[in-house]
Amino acid sequence: MSHSHVSTTINGQAVQYACPTDASLLEVLRDQLGMTGTKEGCGSGDCGACSVSLDGRLVCSCLVLGVEAQGRTVDTIEGMADKNKLHTLQTKFLEHAALQCGICTPGVLVAARSLLEKNPDPTEQEVRYWLAGNLCRCTGYDKIIRAVLEAAKAMREEQA
Amino acid sequence: MSAQTKQFKVIGQRLQRPDGIDKVTGRARYGADIDAAGMLHGKILRSPHAHARILSIDTSAAEQLNGVMAVITRADFPTPHKGFEDVQDNCMAGDRVLYDGHAVAAVAATSKHIAKQAIKLIKVQYQVLPHVTDVEQAIQPDAPVVHSGLVSRRVPKGFSENVVRYSSFGHGDIETGFKAADAVLERTYKTEATHQGYIEPHACMASMGLDNRADMWVCTQGHFWIRNMCAGVMAMESASLRVTASEIGGGFGGKTTVFIEPVVLALAKKSGRAVKMVMTREEVLRATGPTVSTMMHVKVGMNKAGRITATYAKLFYQAGAYKQATVDFGAMPAFAPYALENVKTEGLDVITNRPRTASYRAPGAPPACFAAESAIDELCQELGLDPMEVRLINAAKGGTKSSYGPTFEDHGLIQCLEAAKAHPHWQAPLEINQGRGLAAGFWFNFGGETCVSVFLNNDGSVTVTEGNPDIGGSRASISMMVAEELGIPYEQVRTTVTDTGSLGPNEPTHGSRVTFAVGLAAIKSARAIIDEIRARLARMWEVDVTDVVWQDGAAHYTGNKAGTFEPLDLRQVADIANNLGGPIAGHHEANAEGAGVSFGVHIADTEVDPETGFTSVKRYTVIQDAGKAIQPDYVEGQLQGGAVQGIGWALNEEYVYGEDGCLQNTGFLDYRIPVASDLPMIDTVIVEVPNPGHPFGVRGVGETPIVPPLAAIANAVSRACGKRQVDLPMSPPKVLASMQKA
Amino acid sequence: MAKIQIFGSLRDLFSGHDVVELDVSNLRQLLIKLPQLYPECAPEIAEGVSVSIDGKIINDAWFTPIRPDSEVVVLPRIVGG
Repeated sequence: MSHSHVSTTINGQAVQYACPTDASLLEVLRDQLGMTGTKEGCGSGDCGACSVSLDGRLVCSCLVLGVEAQGRTVDTIEGMADKNKLHTLQTKFLEHAALQCGICTPGVLVAARSLLEKNPDPTEQEVRYWLAGNLCRCTGYDKIIRAVLEAAKAMREEQA
Repeated sequence: MSAQTKQFKVIGQRLQRPDGIDKVTGRARYGADIDAAGMLHGKILRSPHAHARILSIDTSAAEQLNGVMAVITRADFPTPHKGFEDVQDNCMAGDRVLYDGHAVAAVAATSKHIAKQAIKLIKVQYQVLPHVTDVEQAIQPDAPVVHSGLVSRRVPKGFSENVVRYSSFGHGDIETGFKAADAVLERTYKTEATHQGYIEPHACMASMGLDNRADMWVCTQGHFWIRNMCAGVMAMESASLRVTASEIGGGFGGKTTVFIEPVVLALAKKSGRAVKMVMTREEVLRATGPTVSTMMHVKVGMNKAGRITATYAKLFYQAGAYKQATVDFGAMPAFAPYALENVKTEGLDVITNRPRTASYRAPGAPPACFAAESAIDELCQELGLDPMEVRLINAAKGGTKSSYGPTFEDHGLIQCLEAAKAHPHWQAPLEINQGRGLAAGFWFNFGGETCVSVFLNNDGSVTVTEGNPDIGGSRASISMMVAEELGIPYEQVRTTVTDTGSLGPNEPTHGSRVTFAVGLAAIKSARAIIDEIRARLARMWEVDVTDVVWQDGAAHYTGNKAGTFEPLDLRQVADIANNLGGPIAGHHEANAEGAGVSFGVHIADTEVDPETGFTSVKRYTVIQDAGKAIQPDYVEGQLQGGAVQGIGWALNEEYVYGEDGCLQNTGFLDYRIPVASDLPMIDTVIVEVPNPGHPFGVRGVGETPIVPPLAAIANAVSRACGKRQVDLPMSPPKVLASMQKA
Repeated sequence: MAKIQIFGSLRDLFSGHDVVELDVSNLRQLLIKLPQLYPECAPEIAEGVSVSIDGKIINDAWFTPIRPDSEVVVLPRIVGG
């Protein structure tokens, strides 16, 4: 298997790696870079557990090749907290008990951040449709939706 | 002090779980998140046939591939310990494959890529055999037989050899009861198999030394059982295998048994290296889980006053390729919410060429409850009765002889029904094409084998060591119970799930048992610490131990020399523990009995599109007796999650088998679990009728919430579209077809 | 004498009785005496059963007391998910 050299930016840091040309970005993150916060639930883009941002766009990292990160910006769950300060979404997820097993949580958080970047004041319906690609089997989504709406509110108040 | 009147300081607060920050930052380590130096990657070759004889397996080409370090087949497994034959056969097929996806061989290689290549090089010659996957076909006398010679003595005549077990329950005389009825309804209901659908695929890593001692890291609901089962399948001593549970990405019953774990051990043994294996989603759906599929005949009699005069159910549960007892857990709870004079249920266990079924949240109960509650609802319609009043009239109470035999202790069904009746949801107006469904459900709950140790650290903080993987926040709940008992802040306690080398055996996180049983053992461990402290301080103070009491987190002297001794809190005691004889710890080992039964009542509003037959859930409310909610957020989470799994079972989840006996929908795209946009908020009401078997009144809450939703949704859809739904899932084409029927 | 309730399908293992009376004072004695008096039920007992004693389901605890007026029901072994 031939390898390609890739220069990219992950969570604000310049990163270089050599990866097999058929390796997914998810495999590179998890197996080569040891960034296991991004999860694999299906490998076929159906569950959203591997959600990351690529140049600000929400993608399933299992459907993106590692080589496609060349020259681009990748944001994962590991970069969500600002060193020791949790992101408002993370805080609200804890306050609202929006996680049980937690395997979907990194993907849901990354997806929710991507929503709030585009739409700081979403309706419940908008949150539900935006997160429809992130499967959660534990919570029934109720507390997740509430946490995202509360985080959006708090973030708007921070901005104001 | 009784649980009802006790004032709690910590219990009942919405405190944050200790694993929360790790889980929102990506730091938490799950099954697939651990690596070891020099680790190999394992991969399993699976049967493409539903039923076939294995004539030969040629592994030579795979063995010669560069990077392949081990190839194994069943021949590499020892004779298992007695009782583990089926488990071993399910992990690796012997001379026959019994279902599509059954493991046939496995490899360990230096990369995932090479492992994938290698399994393609294994040549298997199959002689394809006739197969059967449908429960109705499997019971016919001329059906292909999955296993010969398994039929238990009491199975009635007239079926194929696939009907392997029979059980029946009940009391009274149903024929007399049916004669007393004003209306008798008979229906046949069907449900399709579903999967537990945890988002984390099974993952495991193990290494084994030349001395056959092994270490394993695995995502599981119960690492002590994984150890026992691996030891059974691999004919090892349990003590020579140490298993550590990772964080677990959902289980719901499906991670209480082994699938890949013994295979990984066999690969590690043969290769002499650490081996990691992670299932694909396709493998998860083809070869793990799933639930039973069912065919259920139900007959219910009711008089004009709404009194149920007799109930009868005959349940056929298709439980996969091996004998199972799941049908008993449909037959017993089917009519459990009701006080009945005449009740009879029969259960028949049917084997087919499908994967060996695994537990799924109240295993066996949801389909039976769907059938029973649908029949009762339809009778209410026929007799023009209010379904809530009918349930209140017939509800089982403390002292009622249950439908499965024992007399109930106090429980909260009546209180749940009253709360449902008083809930705004029950009175809210419905719009056109909408219907409201009501259902009650029951689960036994369970205690079981439990070990807990609690240590007083040098600084006065407290460590709780337990052995049950935490799925829904149990580390928080257990810390809260210990903090409550010791009278210290929650933050002073940390609960850790430890490995099998560090604690005595524990049953898995199943049977809704952890908050009840582990909580009970943790409270008793804390009490042991208190008693030890009292004894030591009595010696120091040279007073009678009965005059030393533990109150509000400190030891107080209450004897006639009161005022002489200053109270000592836990940190002060820790400071002098070594002067008083050494470290202080408490532990408790028990087979926890006294888990209180659990009832829930669900209300569902659905809207059915008359053009397409598509159902949307408009409103949903769960009311359940929790005994005592230790952390209400996590109780609500169980109620909401269970309800939504049941909604999925009712509306869109199903195993689809082709003519070839192979599973057709092996991904989340077409095995469709509910997504956020499918659902409304899930309202919850926690009723608290304390369980006398627990110091704080706790009842398990995890399983009951999946029992009523199948029926609640079916009743809502039936009322919305005007046609009784008897076949799950209620997919749009099925509902539309029923609406177009005259 | 404790009254042990036997369910429909189990009755043929107990000579057709729906109730059998036994002089036992705990679960262990019950599990020993049942197969002695009714050998037909031995495989079922060996396979593992749960026994409800006064409304509480007991899986293993041999020394759970059975009083003369106790309600005792032999059930399939209870598990969970």
